Amino acid sequence: MDALTLHRLHFAFTITFHYLFPQLTMGLALLILVLKTMGLRTGNEHYHHAARFWAKIFAVNFAMGVVTGIPMEFQFGTNWSRFSKAAGGVIGQTLAMEGVFSFFLESSFLGVFLYGEKRLSPKAHWFAAFLVFLGSWLSGFFIIATDAWMQHPTGYVLGPHGEIVLSNFAALFTNPWLFWQYAHNMTGSVVTASFVMASTGAFYLLTKSHEEYGRTFVRTGVIAGVISTTLMAFPTGDGQAKNIALHQPPTLAAMEGLFHTENGAPLAILGQPDVEHQRLDNPLVLPNALSFLTYQRWHAEVRGLDAFAPERWPDNIPLLYYSYHIMIGLGTILSGVMVLGALALGLGRLYTLRPLLWLVMLMAPFPYIATTAGWITAEVGRQPWLIYGVMRTATGASARVSAGNTLFTLIGFMGIYTVLAMLFLLLIYREVEEGPEHAV
Amino acid sequence: METLWFCLVAFLLAGYVVLDGFDLGCGVAHLLIARTDAERQSVLRAIGPVWDGNEVWLLAAGGTLYFAFPALYAGAFSGFYLPLMIVLWLLILRGISIEFRNHIRSLVWQPLWDVVFASSSGLLAIFFGAALGNVVRGVPLDGQGEFFLPLWTDFTAGPNAGILDWYTVLVAVAALCAVTLHGALWLGLKAPGKLEARARRLASVVWWPTLATVIAITFASFHIQPHLRASFEAHPWFDVFPLIAVLGLAAVQVLNTRRRTLGAFLGSCVFLLGMLASVAAGLFPYVLPATGDPRLGLTVFNSAAPHYGLQVGLYWFIPGMLLTFGYFTYTYRSFTGKVE
Repeated sequence: MDALTLHRLHFAFTITFHYLFPQLTMGLALLILVLKTMGLRTGNEHYHHAARFWAKIFAVNFAMGVVTGIPMEFQFGTNWSRFSKAAGGVIGQTLAMEGVFSFFLESSFLGVFLYGEKRLSPKAHWFAAFLVFLGSWLSGFFIIATDAWMQHPTGYVLGPHGEIVLSNFAALFTNPWLFWQYAHNMTGSVVTASFVMASTGAFYLLTKSHEEYGRTFVRTGVIAGVISTTLMAFPTGDGQAKNIALHQPPTLAAMEGLFHTENGAPLAILGQPDVEHQRLDNPLVLPNALSFLTYQRWHAEVRGLDAFAPERWPDNIPLLYYSYHIMIGLGTILSGVMVLGALALGLGRLYTLRPLLWLVMLMAPFPYIATTAGWITAEVGRQPWLIYGVMRTATGASARVSAGNTLFTLIGFMGIYTVLAMLFLLLIYREVEEGPEHAV
Repeated sequence: METLWFCLVAFLLAGYVVLDGFDLGCGVAHLLIARTDAERQSVLRAIGPVWDGNEVWLLAAGGTLYFAFPALYAGAFSGFYLPLMIVLWLLILRGISIEFRNHIRSLVWQPLWDVVFASSSGLLAIFFGAALGNVVRGVPLDGQGEFFLPLWTDFTAGPNAGILDWYTVLVAVAALCAVTLHGALWLGLKAPGKLEARARRLASVVWWPTLATVIAITFASFHIQPHLRASFEAHPWFDVFPLIAVLGLAAVQVLNTRRRTLGAFLGSCVFLLGMLASVAAGLFPYVLPATGDPRLGLTVFNSAAPHYGLQVGLYWFIPGMLLTFGYFTYTYRSFTGKVE
């Protein structure tokens, strides 16, 4: 493998692993705040106890997020130095703001939230939970602002030597890409947290242990889940897709496996893109649906890949197509499960309908897969650009770091992260098995 | 404007060294002075609520360096590729050893994480010291502001030096001693009973090698980096920084023997700040000197971002850091006194 491929794999591997943790903590921070609010409103100690249990799960995930997050910031310099030198004056702003505004806030008040409940009044403890929530959602905001700039750069001018110079700070935050991507991503983290909470509750009800908490967790998870999975599709997913149609049209065509421009383009449900012959094999399609979803007209023209020069095509069309379809497919299934859960809750059957509890329990891994597939769609879709329309990925990697050294550190990260993943699962399983009664 | 941002980045880095320095030092002292499980828990409690926030100073310094001096960030991080990756692995191991240690009660679980915690803390101090040594010595920058250094070559500080040569190893040993001293003084302040006595004894013992290595690196640095001598000769008032460091280090031993634990710890803070300020002032305007042609060195001026970005950065950086002082005052105040 050449150095560029290894640098790309290095970042892809470490960021994919990293984001397994913040996607839970950001959503869970909101759900913990909901539980704390219920406790404060009702005066029922049960909710405070439930919040304490989730705070322990949160803490383990947070620690994993912190230790796997530090390498992300470093890798901009170590593996992508040409990119950093050219664009650091712009994206360094949002990355530094994340450190100053959210990490200091989050790390200071997480300690207060985890260890300070006995010292603080219930309202002050609620406020500490709120600050942890605020810090984690701000952190997401600055990271998405950074990615949004790479997807759709704004507020810069090109200098005489091709350097990228910040010219309008406010434009980093009014970037049209940022709003929908942030909304879509944060809703996604609530989906993950809802499924994890509901799944844990279903596990308790099915194993007839900690059943009082099981009911609270399933109920809270299902209510948050039915809201968040719906918002995932509309308006946030729809808004995100329209951004891609407007600003990255070759990417939309590749995601949909649309090789040829059509009036009344079909929406592919299944099929395998055959890039060599420029066609979709074994297609199962909804006629005209893509035109309608994109432009709200059944016979609107949607440009296929043939409308663009091949050097503007994403460099891995099958991966982009599959990750997008996995995201959409799983998203639909997750939404369906939560709708069933909400119906059962409405009918008063949620805690006793065992097949449904089994389904909810087994769903826990799938929001993680859907979120990961979504991010692969966004980042592979940006290719072959590192900064869309401005800088090619091939020109951004560190020129002086050889393939051998990159492979060495990639293998190192793979080894460490494998051990971390095993330890993490062991600890989480033990916490869940021990149950909320032991949460102090 | 560039100089102002140089001072702000230096301030964040100094904040990192003083704050995370003591919890790294607690890690080094961990196995040396804490014998029972209860004592080891005390050591961890002495840094428990603050170590994570202390580490954020490294992230904030990195982020600020990134946007204010992108060429330096890009050149230095890719050139120091291997040691930085090892630092990342050590930070990961150290973080999880603190977080995971108390989740399972077992005769094999705690000792395992204690060893991981102590060794990763010590190695981090060594690597950070070596990094500082490399910055002072300079690196073989090319015309693009890039370089790549192997971990070691022949340990001479000549033109083919690696990350580790006799000079950078010497700085690394000095850093290990200084950080151990700093951590032991923090434990003198926070730890109860016997542990406090042992921490104070460790501090008074490790004070001597700290003194010896600091004297050695002072002479070695002037020998290895001619720009240092030139700056100190051109600006005699720079001598105030090493003087502050010396006074701080002297105060450490005097106050520690008189059981003035807070004063001794603050003396160590002053010592570390004085040392870092001496290096920063002595190298200025260089931030990464070149070992070959001095004109290839990265300076505050040739590696900074354009003016507009630096200007607008001030508008958010200053309020942001004022908020941060607020959080830190609150967390450290609610964490005064000894741990159990």
